[in-house]
Amino acid sequence: MTPGLETMTTEIEAPAGWRVETRTRLSTIFAVISLVAVLALTAAPFLVSRGVIQDLFFILTMLALAQNWNLLAGYAGLISVGQQLFVGCGAYALFGLVILAGLDPILAIPLAGLFAMIIAVPTAFFAFRLYGPYFAIGTWVIAEVGRLLFAQWKMLGGGTGTSLPREATREMLGISLLQDWFGMRASAAADALAYWLALALAALTIVFVYKLLRSKQGLGLAAVRDNETAARALGVDARKLKTAIYLLTAFLTGIVGALIYLQKARISPDAAFSLTDWTAYVVFIVVIGGIGTIEGPILGVIIFFLLQNAFSNYGSWYLMALGGLAIVTMLFAPRGLWGLICDRTGWELFPVRRLLKGGPLRQDDKGGPNG
Amino acid sequence: MSFIDTLLQGVLLGGLYALFAAGLSLVFGIMRLVNLAHGDLIVLAAFLILVIVSTLGLDPFVAAVVAAPLMFALGWVLQYHLLNRTLGKDILPPLLVTFGLSIVIQNGLLEGFTADSRRISAGALETASVSLGNISAGVMPLITFASAILVIVALNQLIYRTALGLAFRATSDDVVTASLMGIRPNSIFAIATGLAMVIVTIAALYLGTRANFDPTAGPARLIYAFEAVIIGGLGSLWGTLAGGIILGIAQTVGAAINPEWQILVGHIAFLLVLLFRPRGLFPRAAD
Amino acid sequence: MPSLVETRALTAFYGDFQAIFGVDIRLDAGETVAVIGANGAGKSTLMRSIAGIITNRAEMILHRGEPIGALAAPDVVRRGIALVPEGRKLFSSLTVEENLQVGAYGRSVDGPWTLDSIYRLFPILKERRRNPATALSGGQQQMVAIGRALMSNPDILLCDELSLGLAPVVIKDIYAAFSKISAAGAAIIIVEQDIAQALKVADRVYCMMEGRVTLSGQPAEFDRADIHAAYFGAEPNELH
Repeated sequence: MTPGLETMTTEIEAPAGWRVETRTRLSTIFAVISLVAVLALTAAPFLVSRGVIQDLFFILTMLALAQNWNLLAGYAGLISVGQQLFVGCGAYALFGLVILAGLDPILAIPLAGLFAMIIAVPTAFFAFRLYGPYFAIGTWVIAEVGRLLFAQWKMLGGGTGTSLPREATREMLGISLLQDWFGMRASAAADALAYWLALALAALTIVFVYKLLRSKQGLGLAAVRDNETAARALGVDARKLKTAIYLLTAFLTGIVGALIYLQKARISPDAAFSLTDWTAYVVFIVVIGGIGTIEGPILGVIIFFLLQNAFSNYGSWYLMALGGLAIVTMLFAPRGLWGLICDRTGWELFPVRRLLKGGPLRQDDKGGPNG
Repeated sequence: MSFIDTLLQGVLLGGLYALFAAGLSLVFGIMRLVNLAHGDLIVLAAFLILVIVSTLGLDPFVAAVVAAPLMFALGWVLQYHLLNRTLGKDILPPLLVTFGLSIVIQNGLLEGFTADSRRISAGALETASVSLGNISAGVMPLITFASAILVIVALNQLIYRTALGLAFRATSDDVVTASLMGIRPNSIFAIATGLAMVIVTIAALYLGTRANFDPTAGPARLIYAFEAVIIGGLGSLWGTLAGGIILGIAQTVGAAINPEWQILVGHIAFLLVLLFRPRGLFPRAAD
Repeated sequence: MPSLVETRALTAFYGDFQAIFGVDIRLDAGETVAVIGANGAGKSTLMRSIAGIITNRAEMILHRGEPIGALAAPDVVRRGIALVPEGRKLFSSLTVEENLQVGAYGRSVDGPWTLDSIYRLFPILKERRRNPATALSGGQQQMVAIGRALMSNPDILLCDELSLGLAPVVIKDIYAAFSKISAAGAAIIIVEQDIAQALKVADRVYCMMEGRVTLSGQPAEFDRADIHAAYFGAEPNELH
């Protein structure tokens, strides 16, 4: 036995000060900045107009959808064009619970997410029988089935849809609090409440995705994305991992759907299960921003919002330009705008690479474990 | 309406769906590419035929013959200069590029033709029918079905009896070794897509004369094509015809029960096949 | 007179990994040249570079004096250079006969090799012509692969690891065909790990190790020790 063997440990945190970290100086600075930003955003309903709050709501909900789609497609390799199924299911669950069961909308939101997640179980069962582009279209077909089925549900308006009763939104949990403490009118309070929930959701989604990627499961996920067979050979249960991610993103997407339609207060099957609004725009955001990164969707949603504001009046031309931009990006800058920035500057605001840090630099005169 | 009638209508509808699917099947077989804009290209071809009919005053069938080489050229250029760049191990680029293409085509058509519903008039043929014993069948659906069979026979002849077909099959097996034979994969892929566009033109003719269409009708056609391919099983054109027929029958039976259920029953049939026979009903053994 | 095929300071990379570091070989008309070496020596990379599967700088590979290093495989085949790839690489959805036929797709010229003459060279293939090519035994598949390359009537035939995975008696049969192929006019480069077999048929031999040529000349010039040294990179009595 070689003499040095007793001093070796099996943990990554080996002796002599080596440790595995993902934090970098830039990311620490960024963490501080984003904390400040989140605090500022939380105070927003008291500082800016309702119109701005509604814009921010749109940005935050699209961001949450984008981070979810990115987790699914960019990290788990499950390219779905059927996430609108979960938006619609979450939204309809909310409307159903509020209108038919008289539940408080705020309480109904997590239940709506749960409903979407339950729907995801048979969906995954069917869709996972298909691969690659066929998986994508399969998820689309199942979303269509959802749309057609909910259009048959006459109690919630059938094909033409229905609205949330005004009392339901005006008497939501927390509204009276806001009215008493801050003198907000009920409708402004409802907007603020939805906004805060959206902010919490977006922040939580990002934090969750980041923590996931830094965890053991995240490493397994990256391995599966790069080479599923090799990952399986190393003991990564690819199927279980993908299913878990699929169910989780369904849950979160369902919650976003419920939130969006709570704010809109009016639902119809074509709107809630719209491919354009809940998949096409989301895909655009992620691809332009940078797929497979956390920073990408954030950048993408900002760009998308600016483009929407500036050009959506141009109707079809605008959409054509968006489609064209997505094509060009995919061909020439497949890692999106953030990818271009990252290549130039090497910045990583949400670093997930594991770095070995801290130990002393030893100079051995011979290499190898046996000297 | 009798059950036999419904069944016959479903079978004939299957011919149309098989035409939708044949091009998709051909392209996927050779280069593992699923063009998400496939349905929109069918609609584009339908508008092209419409334009030729209204500006040149031609009969729709003649107009389709005129449109076919134009669509071939479009498909060739699309594949050679755009889609060939997306081929590779990563499945994301072709999916996202064709998805973007779908949006571009739909909105381009909306700008060019407005959202109005259109129809290609086939004159007397539209309502003509032929009686087969107790039941009658429309002439157009019969011609559509016959065309589907002709197209599949012709494709099979091409694939199994010609040098080009040999090149298709070799390229599909092993692109690198095919290039060692002197086959240029980029050209082969472009020819395949061009050919798929010719089939798309034929499908568009029958789509446009049968029912109203508008710029947003593409995605639904893609879904029917896709369902027909999956039900039938990858790798066999006759399987695709069978898949189309089963889909067609499911839809017409659904419509007979309740008109609102037509498409839904089709989807359910698709999901059932996926549940019990994930590889389709007539998959090619090799896969 | 320029050689038939010649490489000059050929380098080849797989991504960032360099597989060949400046290799010079030549093949003249009527010759059979062997390239031997251990696994990973760069022999297959050399073949693939000449055949156009790997692109190099144009002037690194010359065909009758013309630079072809940057040409892709379809263009190289059209010039009369055919590769029998390592691992046979037959088309699995094609029959034996179809595999042969596709060999003439890019270059269909008059010459000694036709379906009939290939069936005369390897009679067993005629019996199996309608079978799916991959249903044949290893040795028979190798015959199909060689026949497929011959269908383009090449001036230069490149053979990459013909004997891999085959039984000795089968290897003998295949190499027996070589004199006929050579007699019909093709110049041949064979890449082999089976040194004895290679030296028997070759007019000249190159040995490669770790991406470089370590020995070149006529088989008769070298003894076992020389070959051993060039192959493994150590003096024979240094190896434990």
